Amino acid sequence: MDVQAWTYLFVFLTFGLYIGIAIWSRVSSTEGFYVAGRGVPAIANGMATGADWMSAASFISMAGLISFMGYTGTIYLMGWTGGYVLLALLLAPYLRKYGKFTTSEFLGDRYYSNAARVVGALCTIFVSFTYIAGQMRGVGIVFSRFLEVDVETGVAFGMVLVLVYATLGGMRGITYTQVAQYCVLIVAYLIPAIAISWKVTGNPVPQLGFGDTIASGQNAGMFLLETLDALHRDLGFPEYTASFIAGKKSMVDVFAITAALMVGTAGLPHVLIRFYTVPDARAARWSALWALIFIAILYTTAPAVSAFARVNLIQTLNGVAYEEAPAWFSKWETTGLIGFDDKNGDGHIAYSGDAASNELSVDRDIMVLANPEIANLPAWVVALVAAGGLAAALSTAAGLLLVISSAFSHDLGKSWLAPGMSDKRELAVARGAAALAVVGAGLLGIFPLGFVAQVVAFAFGLAASSFFPALVLGIFWKRATREGAIAGMLAGIVFTASYIAWFKFFAERSSSADWLFGISPEGIGSIGMLLNFAVTIAVSLATKPPPEEVQALVEEIRLPRTQS
Amino acid sequence: MSEGRDHRAYWRANLRIMTSLLVVWFLGSYGLGILWVEPLNAYTIGGFPLGFWFAQQGSIYIFVFLIAVYVFWMDRLDRAYGVD
Repeated sequence: MDVQAWTYLFVFLTFGLYIGIAIWSRVSSTEGFYVAGRGVPAIANGMATGADWMSAASFISMAGLISFMGYTGTIYLMGWTGGYVLLALLLAPYLRKYGKFTTSEFLGDRYYSNAARVVGALCTIFVSFTYIAGQMRGVGIVFSRFLEVDVETGVAFGMVLVLVYATLGGMRGITYTQVAQYCVLIVAYLIPAIAISWKVTGNPVPQLGFGDTIASGQNAGMFLLETLDALHRDLGFPEYTASFIAGKKSMVDVFAITAALMVGTAGLPHVLIRFYTVPDARAARWSALWALIFIAILYTTAPAVSAFARVNLIQTLNGVAYEEAPAWFSKWETTGLIGFDDKNGDGHIAYSGDAASNELSVDRDIMVLANPEIANLPAWVVALVAAGGLAAALSTAAGLLLVISSAFSHDLGKSWLAPGMSDKRELAVARGAAALAVVGAGLLGIFPLGFVAQVVAFAFGLAASSFFPALVLGIFWKRATREGAIAGMLAGIVFTASYIAWFKFFAERSSSADWLFGISPEGIGSIGMLLNFAVTIAVSLATKPPPEEVQALVEEIRLPRTQS
Repeated sequence: MSEGRDHRAYWRANLRIMTSLLVVWFLGSYGLGILWVEPLNAYTIGGFPLGFWFAQQGSIYIFVFLIAVYVFWMDRLDRAYGVD
């Protein structure tokens, strides 16, 4: 069987599985639709959180990004895992104890203000929508490259699938399909990684393999990372493992971006809502632990994949005659992900850190997608990567859809626009909102706006600078008032959004010398967060303390079990 | 001891656990992986420069370890104060 036949087989089997789970787990109440009836065991919720969290970006792009950044790729590795410590210690158990359905609902109750709830719901919708567009795009890309159908057809297919299982099964359907999707994506990620580690170093554990010595070839006996640093020096790239040298991000910027991603992770609504689905506060703590374990399996493998892929890429292509380039090269050349421009006309590929003489252009996505082919692995492994990429994109899309739909129907609809809606009616509105959101996201996948990639910085920056401080202070500081929280959130959002917008859209040619404290737009959410904290505290102290019943609510959520 | 005072003691114990784990969280990630990465890179374990290893591997293991400690510690605390 060839790669395409295997891919059809895997995609067909996994999609059948997802639909089957959706039919088995369909729901008929708002509690089932929003929070899966709160009956999800901690370990299953951990797995679902893992799939929810690991998106097309984690699966397809991250290892490639790190491959080109070396040490600096740490911002993603630490940034997208360290937030779980904040989630587990500061938010998950308390939000679960509070109960109800959404994060914005907590903001509304804790800050005794519908305005806080509406601001929260609008932020949720904006953050989730920018995020979901990227997922649908990922679905389209996997379809078009592996199944050779149009991006449009691929996105349409993905839309129908998500539509079926998200509207039918709500959170319950999404949770159990995510459990299946986690298994598919982690197997698809690990098999090629293990095979490549085994092949290059003789060590089957990728986490250890990339610190091991190369098994054969011209650099046999040398440490892999040492070889990589030497190759980078020879070709004029900054050394792979070096930290803050010229050509890499500064220490301040690495620090700020890592912080913004961590805090943003802990403030993302589609992650927070997962902790509402478990039976109690104790299960929320445990599921945070399971989630991070399942995420760490991929996140500790990714930097190994990056290093192996980088060495493989340089050694198989640099200095090779274009005619003798391996077969995968021409295959991926047609997709535009890799390109050769013979500047000196000698017919050989020259890869260099110097833009003027470099003849090889490589898209970061190729590092994961083409990795099995570069390492000469069998056809079914290549097909497995396609199924894994789809699982990663679909699971994240479904989780985002659900928070968009609950923000519409529950936070904006039931509490504000149409109070007194019956449960049945609210469920219908939630399903309708989910369907609309899928169509909207699909359209963005088919007609990508140029700025979609840019606005992902918004998603983390806004989550960090709006939700996180309001939630943490709401739980840990009884004195935080309505006026303080609203002023703080607005200050955080306005500052962060205008900084990002300024450097991404209006001052594109400005250089890093213009950045505030040397912090790039990706990292500015951490300053926005500090600003939010400062403003909330100052304004709270200047205003009347929260009413008795709100202080009692805070006392109440601090205890794991309701006291009689 | 009254119920209210008991709950306050529980909350204070919880805050102590949380603070000490967050200190380790900060030192283990921002400290070892970013602030002190250059001096640490002078040492190696296997083929890894030490600072680089903490940044791309060690910090993630520290995160998992911290949540594990928290989960077990809080389970014990809940039982000790009878709030579980």
